[in-house]
Amino acid sequence: MSNPELICPAGTPAALRTAVDAGADAVYCGFQDATNARNFPGLNFTPDELRESVAHAHAKGAKVLLALNTYPPAGKVDLWRQAADIGARLGVDAFIVADMGVADYIARSHPGIRLHLSVQAAASSPEAIRYYCEHFGVKRVVLPRILTIPEIREIRKEIPCEIETFIFGNHGLMVEGRCSLTNYLTGQSTNMDGVCSPASDVEYARHGDGSMSSQLAGFTIDCFGPGEKAGYPTICKGRYTAPHRSEGYYAFEEPVSLNLSRLLPDLIDAGVHAFKIEGRQRSKSYVRGVVSAFRRAVDDIRAGRQANIADLVALTEGQKQTQGAFETKKWR
Amino acid sequence: MSVSAGASTLAQRPGQAAVSRLACLLVQPLLSRVVRKIARNHLSLFARLGPHRSTDFLIDPVELPFALHLRPDPQALVLRAVPRDAAPRAGAVIRGRFLLLLELLDSEEDGDAAFFSRDLEVAGDTEAVVRLRNALDDVDGSIAEETAEIFGPPGRAILARLRRAYPSEPEGHPFP
Ligand code: SF4
Repeated sequence: MSNPELICPAGTPAALRTAVDAGADAVYCGFQDATNARNFPGLNFTPDELRESVAHAHAKGAKVLLALNTYPPAGKVDLWRQAADIGARLGVDAFIVADMGVADYIARSHPGIRLHLSVQAAASSPEAIRYYCEHFGVKRVVLPRILTIPEIREIRKEIPCEIETFIFGNHGLMVEGRCSLTNYLTGQSTNMDGVCSPASDVEYARHGDGSMSSQLAGFTIDCFGPGEKAGYPTICKGRYTAPHRSEGYYAFEEPVSLNLSRLLPDLIDAGVHAFKIEGRQRSKSYVRGVVSAFRRAVDDIRAGRQANIADLVALTEGQKQTQGAFETKKWR
Repeated sequence: MSVSAGASTLAQRPGQAAVSRLACLLVQPLLSRVVRKIARNHLSLFARLGPHRSTDFLIDPVELPFALHLRPDPQALVLRAVPRDAAPRAGAVIRGRFLLLLELLDSEEDGDAAFFSRDLEVAGDTEAVVRLRNALDDVDGSIAEETAEIFGPPGRAILARLRRAYPSEPEGHPFP
């Protein structure tokens, strides 16, 4: 049985303090640029804010992980290198990286700082993971959300590093790190510019009958009836019509949230070292609610008590949730 | 891009226009005080707004007799109550129940969840709304309580009463 860390999201310094107060063992965050995959307007940290946040987290016994988890376009590596240098100077506890060039730079320039392999690297086989460990000294891999728990258990035996799995949050996994759908419509790339469905390209239109359509770069990607729950305006979760399907349907995937609360004991038993909560783009209210609920649950399970799973299930109330591939490969 | 206020607000009843204008006159001095104080206490808020410091936001609490026009420019800050039929064309409109807007202001509610559940409506420039949301979310403490503090015990009593006046959310945690 492992003693997993709880890895929590923060889009602002206030969210970081909220996460630490709610019981995060580590908080992950990024700078206000393309070096991380939540490059959203008004979100993220300046170097000064990160310095204060690292000091705050360390004073309370929590770690800060800096996400440098996008891919530099050819010849434009300076931004990523500078971000790594600043992060090292400010005393972050680990870098979360996807690109081999970025991993190589950090391994050479800042060998004392831990490297975590981002889910964006999509390393899902022992061979791939070992490659990163051997060449760049990666200490932890964040596994793509395509593996069952028995598969995670097997991988764990065959790799020399720690395992982190997502347990909660938005679920968008068109082969993590390799989705080009948003690029196709907006000209911006999730993997290189750090933003899927940039807000400047998103528009919501209300119609006379109370319905609302969401548009990305002028293309309608969904239409919600009056009172129907809406979702993120990402192409992967849009509803489309086709010549053979006149009713809008989810052509790629349904807008569900990942919620592994029921599988926590199995994941702990499988030896997972860290649980990740998605949502750097979300509010402090979300961070407070989700982090404190999972903190209680993990502590209960570790102490041999029954965790209050109902609380965790309620976190996704009103929205569809899934255990994704963690439960069964039948999940689409 | 700019949008007008009227689209989905309730149709005006007779006499409502006069009530609305009177209400605007009454609350305006309070709003001016509030916005100056908040701006002084939370300077870092403006950096997150980026270019949208000069955007006109229309914040529309559906059950109040007026809407609010906000231009969060630190050099020339505007927060004024406006009758809906005289609202300026806005770059972005944010519409919902008053208490929901208050809770969003204080991060007691999650904006994405409120939007997904259709309790919150946004129109116009989505980036402006996202920036405003993120800027407010980085504020520690409660802006609603700070506002109430400005008016001392009566302010606190009104806020407490307001919170009691609304039933709590029926759905428990609204996180998607
Ligand atoms: S379209 Fe979906 S899967 Fe692709 S990058 Fe965006 S959120 Fe991820």
